[in-house]
Amino acid sequence: MTASVFFGCTFIAFGPAIALFLFTIARDPLRVIFLIAGAFFWLCSLLLSSLVWFITVQISNKESSSQQKGLLIFGVVLSVLLQETCRFGYYKLLKKANEGLLMLSAEETMPISIRQLAYVSGLGFGFMSGAFSMVNILADSVGPGTIGIHGDSQHYFLSSAFMTMAIILLHMFWGVVFFDSCEKQHWWSLAVVVISHLLVSCLTFQNPQYVGSLVPTYIIVFLVGLWAFFCSGGSLRNLKLCLTCKDKDFLLANHRPR
Amino acid sequence: MSTSDSEEDSYNERTALVASEIPSVPSYQQDPDQPQPADMEPRRRTVAPEPAAEPPSLDRSAVEREPVDLEEEEELPLKYGAKHVIMLFVPVTLCMVVVVATIKSVSFYTEKNGQQLIYTPFTEDTDTVGERLLNSVLNTIIMISVIVVMTIFLVVLYKYRCYKFIHGWLILSSLMMLFWFSFMYLGEVFKTYNLAMDYPTVAMIIWNFGVVGMICIHWKGPLQLQQAYLIAISALMALVFIKYLPEWSAWVILGAISVYDLVAVLCPKGPLRMLVETAQERNEPIFPALIYSSAMIWMVGMANPARHAEPTNQDTGSSDEEAHRSEGSALARDWVEPETQVSSGMNRSYSTEDDLDEEDRGVKLGLGDFIFYSVLVGKAAATGGDWNTTLACFVAILIGLCLTLLLLAIFKKALPALPISITFGLVFYFSTDNLVRPFMDNLAAHQFYI
Repeated sequence: MTASVFFGCTFIAFGPAIALFLFTIARDPLRVIFLIAGAFFWLCSLLLSSLVWFITVQISNKESSSQQKGLLIFGVVLSVLLQETCRFGYYKLLKKANEGLLMLSAEETMPISIRQLAYVSGLGFGFMSGAFSMVNILADSVGPGTIGIHGDSQHYFLSSAFMTMAIILLHMFWGVVFFDSCEKQHWWSLAVVVISHLLVSCLTFQNPQYVGSLVPTYIIVFLVGLWAFFCSGGSLRNLKLCLTCKDKDFLLANHRPR
Repeated sequence: MSTSDSEEDSYNERTALVASEIPSVPSYQQDPDQPQPADMEPRRRTVAPEPAAEPPSLDRSAVEREPVDLEEEEELPLKYGAKHVIMLFVPVTLCMVVVVATIKSVSFYTEKNGQQLIYTPFTEDTDTVGERLLNSVLNTIIMISVIVVMTIFLVVLYKYRCYKFIHGWLILSSLMMLFWFSFMYLGEVFKTYNLAMDYPTVAMIIWNFGVVGMICIHWKGPLQLQQAYLIAISALMALVFIKYLPEWSAWVILGAISVYDLVAVLCPKGPLRMLVETAQERNEPIFPALIYSSAMIWMVGMANPARHAEPTNQDTGSSDEEAHRSEGSALARDWVEPETQVSSGMNRSYSTEDDLDEEDRGVKLGLGDFIFYSVLVGKAAATGGDWNTTLACFVAILIGLCLTLLLLAIFKKALPALPISITFGLVFYFSTDNLVRPFMDNLAAHQFYI
């Protein structure tokens, strides 16, 4: 327990996200603002779903634990749907803002493209989602204690950390695919995004049988990641050029004048 | 330098600046044609709700912008607008992080031993909920009236040009903050971590910290050091508020102060507005005391007429506790201003105006804003061990600040920085604490992920 578990779980859960933030977002103030706005939208969706869940709990039978569990499952499904709705709302807001700014500005191009916005907003959603899932657990892991002393799983912290990492990455990929399908009006891929989110959340109902939830989740992360890669214009050729440092566009774009 | 000695003139220059703005594009504008006078005016304008000296001016937030080069690309203003937002996000975040870290580790600031400030005399240790509510509302009324009285006192002092009095008041306040409160803070940190320390070492540390702070804030010093000291002072003040304000009173006070801020800055007869206008009439830069500024202003020549006001400019008043309470509970006015001048910057460096380019133009935010944001987040961290609430309040406040700056870009005049952020913060605090917390706790218990 204590420090090693705390640091280990923190870096597992938030490592990739923080790395992404530091290397791609932190330098550009506009992206940071849209990241925080994305986090805010996720928060709003959570608020709404908590409100509905709270109301249903108040009017239900508090003694029956199966009913409570059922309500919780309902809460999860509702929350997922609301999150995707808020993502769509954020997309619409960004489009409107983009159009407005484009009209007002004399420039032809926007300072930030819709693809970058998709990435940044997805990461914002992911950060907030991961933080809300993980931070209390991390705070508890610093203090003294024994995990699973009452017979629960001993891998609680570790599995939470891995799940959180998966969720953050997933939100980022979902953001990219979601915005892309909204742009191209591919409603079926939008539905696939929503369904995969529901699938991942429903897989967690199997916890603490972590094999059943973590392994499929990571498979989904990989698949959705691939999909997002191809959606955002990646291809095998690009990848090869990038990895062998022969991608001229990338090198030129990042060339800093002396 | 143009002399504006009448309302009409200030009105004219304001309209002139408004007219020269690029319509509807959030941008920071600067007037390249008018060298110093132009600098003086916007500075004046932005500093308006200065009387930072007055702690009561806490609630003042003024956001002002400057006209920008018309030739500049539209895209650049958006980028610069974003840059200025980040320039404010970083210090606000730092201040909140310091306050939350202290609250979570040093238990002194969350212990309630029944001691209260004289400004909140009614106790909350009552039998019924109704009585408690009534007491907190009464406490709020008293606190807000103190603030209003102090603000008006400051306006009167300013109108009758009692600069020395204001200046002395501010120096006394910052002395108290930098020496006494930081000594207390250091003592509590040592107690928490059980570190043995001797008095000579502590005296050396506090002496150095305090003296360098006074120099940086009231005279000259590196910009980042000054910013660090302002953040430190805001955090200390916020911690004092968190400790000594009773529970419910604190929340009601937060709400009431945002309303007061709104009224004071936007109403035509508001004290803040009167202060701005007086300063503009006199063509003086209002001492931007108690204002956090993110950039330096480079000025040449102009210095002289402005100098007499300069010493009053850099004041980081601190609302201290009992003794100097009279100095104002509001450490700083809540201003959000884009200014080319840093309050302390005036004293600092002088160079030709040509050196000033887009990047050097900064934004200003009053220290009172820092303090109340940190009070909100600190209280969210103090009550209950839930980090989700703290995070939610943090994001809400940042978004509120972002929206305020957006409005600033649209309206281009002094705006209060408290209302939107505090409203969001309060809404998110109460809803997260009561609705989201049970939901997330249940989810975590079953390890469901949404």
